[in-house]
Order: sequence, then structure tokens, then C-alpha cells
Amino acid sequence: MRGQAERAGPKPINKGNAVAESENIVAETADKIFADLADAQTINHDKQGTWKAPLWQALTEAGLPLSWVHDDLGGSGASLAEGFAVLNVAGRHAIAVPLAETMLAGWLLAKAKIASPGGEMTVVPASPKDRITLNADGSLSGRTRGVPFAKDAKHFAVLASGNGGLSIALVDVSKCRIEAGIGLGGDHSDTVTLDHVQPAAIRPAPDGFDQTALMLMGGVVRSLQIAGALESMLDISVRYSNERVAFEKKISKFQAVQHNLARLAGESAAALAAATSAADAIVHATSFNDAVFLEAASAKIRCAEAAEKGSGIAHQVHGAIGFTNEHILHRYSLRALAWRDDYGSESYWAVELGKRVAERGADELWPLVASR
Amino acid sequence: MTAALRFDPIRLPEKCEQLRKEVRVFLAEEIAAGTFDPHSPNREDNDAPEFSRRVGAKGWLGMTWPKKYGGQERSFLERYVVTEEMRVANAPTRRFFVADRQSGPVLLKYAPEHIKMDILPRICRGEVCFAIGMSEPNSGSDLFAAKTRATKTDGGYLINGTKIWTSSAHIADYMIAIFRTSPPTKENRRHGLTQFLVKMKQPGIKVNPIGQITGQFEFNEVVFTDYFVPDDHMLGEIDGAWKQATSELAYERSGPERFLETYYVLTELVRAVGKNPDTRSAEGIGRLVAQVHTMRRMSVSVAGMLQAGKEPVVEASIVKDIGTVWEQQLPHRVRDLAAFVEETATNRETLEKQLDFAIKTAPKLTIQGGTTEVLRGIIARGLGLR
Repeated sequence: MRGQAERAGPKPINKGNAVAESENIVAETADKIFADLADAQTINHDKQGTWKAPLWQALTEAGLPLSWVHDDLGGSGASLAEGFAVLNVAGRHAIAVPLAETMLAGWLLAKAKIASPGGEMTVVPASPKDRITLNADGSLSGRTRGVPFAKDAKHFAVLASGNGGLSIALVDVSKCRIEAGIGLGGDHSDTVTLDHVQPAAIRPAPDGFDQTALMLMGGVVRSLQIAGALESMLDISVRYSNERVAFEKKISKFQAVQHNLARLAGESAAALAAATSAADAIVHATSFNDAVFLEAASAKIRCAEAAEKGSGIAHQVHGAIGFTNEHILHRYSLRALAWRDDYGSESYWAVELGKRVAERGADELWPLVASR
Repeated sequence: MTAALRFDPIRLPEKCEQLRKEVRVFLAEEIAAGTFDPHSPNREDNDAPEFSRRVGAKGWLGMTWPKKYGGQERSFLERYVVTEEMRVANAPTRRFFVADRQSGPVLLKYAPEHIKMDILPRICRGEVCFAIGMSEPNSGSDLFAAKTRATKTDGGYLINGTKIWTSSAHIADYMIAIFRTSPPTKENRRHGLTQFLVKMKQPGIKVNPIGQITGQFEFNEVVFTDYFVPDDHMLGEIDGAWKQATSELAYERSGPERFLETYYVLTELVRAVGKNPDTRSAEGIGRLVAQVHTMRRMSVSVAGMLQAGKEPVVEASIVKDIGTVWEQQLPHRVRDLAAFVEETATNRETLEKQLDFAIKTAPKLTIQGGTTEVLRGIIARGLGLR
């Protein structure tokens, strides 16, 4: 907490974030690109979105969208940990291009050794309850809602179930029907329908990999982004409270405001701890076992809860100005709230986690928690 | 960036897991022998002196301290494992817990050598119980308003005044207390208090038990009347207790005891709902498990940073703030879900008894050892707000 509030410029990499700690170079590259090409104040006033293309190009040149794809499959072959650190930074900037989605899609395709094409991608399905089916003729069918950035994507990475088990496929977006929608955060969240679509490539999913594993990975991605957005909400709320004067003093001097900000710090801390722990668990795991399930589901649940409590406090501290389009707060608050819904909401994962805990039995709960 | 809050994803090292097994075996044997009932946190008498000695004999008290004082020179992460296993099992730790966590480290840092050689090995053997003399009738959260006087006399100090809400004073052998040796100064209202080691069960000290809403008599009023403390029992700098009181707080605030106090009701709820919970119970349990897992990961992270020689004061305050609020709400959330437990659940009565006790316990959790309000003030200072 040393090094205080006043600085308003680009934020340095949080060296304390352990996911980032050994992975600074990739995350620092990402941070610099976001600061240069996606400054929140600047892009908030650019309603045309002219900043998006240069940002995407710079991210692509730095190899970030395909961080998790080995170079022989067209990617840049960064480690899982490096990619997770990039996503935490992306959350801190509330990035509105499909970086996280493309990374996740590349990761999924790489599971089946399918090369990633260039350009934006997103994963289908994006919800644990939707299913895409592999038909007997080798085509894919199904309908899935709430697919982030589907409208902006060139390709989908699809997980489909057929008689022979699960397959992973690369699908050209132009072959699918997209009903465009805008999510809570202002980014595309679309309904995608595949009607006997022939994939560009398809291969069996590896043993032990299933839709739950994909959704858990997606959940950890979103958790890191939410944690990042909360860090920024804390940062700009503290800064604002030290500038805004009411009743003849800075509002940061009011105990009620201080205690609200202390609670926001707690929610931000809980989200960061849950998300980085789950990311670390996946980095070191050999499969999506019970321990990874606990970590990843918990991260999504706790980060989503923190998004609700934390964004509420950030808005309360800002008062009316934070409720305007002019102000940047909503870029973080609404995205953090929107991200709760992707790859399974917190209530969905809570039910699944609760069922697993009950199945294991009361006396196995503490050993599971303590094993982490 | 305002707040470089650190919560590194620290994992307990492999050797901790061997230790955890040993602790579980030990506790299972104690339970089998009837020392305590893990399902009953509400024991009439939480003081278990023989159990305390057996824990000491295992080498699990003062385990991070130097060997010459009876310690094991093990890591804070190993101590963490022992603490959390005891807490989850509802083991009767009252007799040794304060000495092990807090008083021993204060003595290590500030006591003269002959006192360290005398007392620390006895703490490690589980033979002595400590209390902490902080609050007074007109000084609670406002620690530095303490008025109990230590007046200089030949060879030592005479103590007059009253400490209150002093946990375990009725069974304690020693107390580490702060007394007023000088008035506060204009520049520093925290000036003038000095830390002393007090031997209990002596003339000049009267301990009056205070009944609590749980039905327990855990805390006390302690009245000092011309009680003599020798010079060598002064700990640290005269008039300078305020410099000493804050540095140990990270240890005191971030341990597993700061979110596991009412954990037993969650275990019992899982038992009561059985293998096939309805959606509402499953969701409720899932959220509570996600929350306790996150709390623990935060707490282990702070323990790891302490072990690495860092001073995560703000992070530790955050752990205690959200940990104690969580353990306070837990019995109420479990009660919500218990309403749907089948009449046939075999542990229904146990769960109801536990809830009754946990709900009575809950109010104290955000008061003892630094109130929520004090903690949020510390966090706010760390954020640069004050």
C-alpha cells in the first residue's frame, strides 16, 4: 500500500500479483499496449470504436491473442501462467476486444492439436447447459446463447458431443446464424445457431476433457478479469475520494466513506486471491480433478459476489458522476457484472459445487479445503 | 495504482502434510479417549490442562521459536497447520492458545534472558496459561486511553486499577498487560503506556468472572490493588508500548482462528442434507464452501508472506475483517438452509444445538481482538485515506 494514490497515468504491473510475478514480461507488454492504445478516458469518448482495430493489431503483433497456442499450431507459445497474468491485466483495463475469448478458443483448439487461424475467435458453447451436437454426417448443430463477441469473431472454437464422445472443432463464423445482442457491459453477447455446419477442422477431444473442464477454464479467465476490474475500481474510487470535496472536506476523510472503501479493498482482495489461486491450481494440475473444481468454481462464485458488492461500493463513493456515460467507472463496473454470467454464473457453480461437497460427505469437506 | 494488495497463491509445503496427518491422528486418539467431543463446541469447561501438556509433548507449542527456549524452529506454515486442525476439530486450546500465538512472541522479543529461559520452555511444554490485559472499563477499542497505573517504587512498580474482558484470567498463570507509567503528551496521545509481565494468582490481584450470553464464563474483570511488579518484568521500552503493540498484529489477525470459529455448523449442515441435496441447499452450501476456501487461501497467503519476512499489515487486517464477518454470518446462513433439512436427518438435534451456540457466539467475533471498525480504519489508512 506504499506509493500512493495521486498518480493518474498508466498503472504499473502489480508486482504483488503472484500470477504476474514471474511472468512480468508478457504481462508488462500487454499492460503497455493497453495503456497506449486503450486509455480508458480516451476510448470512453470515442463512440465509433476507432481504437479497436489498432489495439487488436498491436495485440496480435505481440502474439497475445494466441498466447496459449504452441508455435507449431500458429501461436506464440506462452505459458499458462503468462496468459493468466495477461488476463488479470486485461481485466484491470476492462478491455473491450475479444482477447480473453480468443485466448480461450486457441487453448481449446490446441487441446485437439488444431491450428489456430488469425483473427478474433470465441468459444461455443459459452454456457454449461447449452450443447452443440456432432451429427452422423460430420456436421454440427445446436443453439447457444450469451456467446461473448460472437459478432466480432472470424472463427468459433466449438466443443461438440456426438456418439463417439466429445470433439473439438474449428468453425467459420460465416456458416453460422448469429442473433446479435449487447450484454450488460456494452460488449457483444450473441446467440449462435449451427444448423448442419461443416467444420473447417474437427478432432476428438483428449481423454478426460469435457465441457465442465472448458467451463471451469472459462470461469477462471473471467475471475481474473473481474479481479482486475475490481483493482481498478478500488484505485479510481480511492483517487476520487481524495479529490472530491463535500461539507468542506475531502470525502475520503469521512469515516463512512473510509469504511466503504475498506470493504471494497476486502472484496478486491478476495477476488484477487480466489482468482490467482485457481489459476495457479490449473497451472500445476494434471487434470480437472476435484481440487481444480473446488478452486475454479470457488473463484467464479467468489469473484462474482465480489463484483456485485465491490461495484456497488465504487458507485456509491462516486455518487451521481459515476452514473454518467462521461465517467469511466461504468467501463469496469458493468463489465465485472457482465462477466459473472459467462461460462456459468455463480449460482450455477454454487449448485454444482454444493452437490459435489454433499456427495463426498460432511467429513470429507475439511480435508478437501485443507488440501489446497 | 492505489493498492498493491498482495495475495500470492502460496501452497503449504509438502512437509506440512505429514504434520497434518500426525495432528489428525493425535486428535482422533484424544477424541476416542474422551478428552473432548468434536461435535460440541459448547463445553462447560474448555480448560484442559492435561491435553495442553500432551500437545506440548508433541512439540506443537512454540514450534517456531528457538530450540534453546524449548521451541522447534519450525515454520509459521507448519504452525498454521496445527492451528487449523485443532480449530476445525473443536479441540480445547484455551489453555495454551494465547501463550503460543501472542504472549510467547512478545516475551521472545522484549523479555530479559532469564525470564525467557524460565517461561518459554514451560509454554512449550503446555504448562502455563496466559491472558492479555488490554481493555479497561473506560478503554476498549481506544487502547491508549488506558488508566491503570504503574507507579515507580523501590525495585519495581505498584499497579492500581482494573482490566476488563480479560479472557482466561481466571485460569491464567501470567498476564501481559499495558499500564500507564506517564501521562500522554500533547504531541502523542499514545505515549505513556508500558507493557509488563504480570504473575497471576498473587496477593493484590482479584479476578472476578463475568458471565457471557453464551452461558460461558470466559472473560473476567481483573482488579489490581498495590500489586508489585519487579523492574525486570517490564517488557520493552518505558512509555513506548504503542510502538510494540502494532508490529505483532499481523500474526494475531490473519490466522485460521479468524474465520473458523463457527465452521462446525457448516460440516454439520452437509451431514444433515445428505448425499442428494435439493437445489437450494446445494447452492447455499456451494457458496459457503467457495467463501471459506477463499478465506483460507487469503489467510495462508498472509502466513506465507509472514514466513518470508514481509509485513502484510493491511492484508492481515483484511483477512480478519472479512473472515470474522463471514464466521459471524455463517450460523445464520446455515440456519436458513437447516429449515429445509428432512425431519429424518439423524444429526438434526446436534445441528440445532450447534446453531444455538454459534448464533450466541457470533456477536463477539467482530469485537474481540480488534473490532471491525478499528480494522477498517487500519485498512483505510493503508489505502491512503487517513
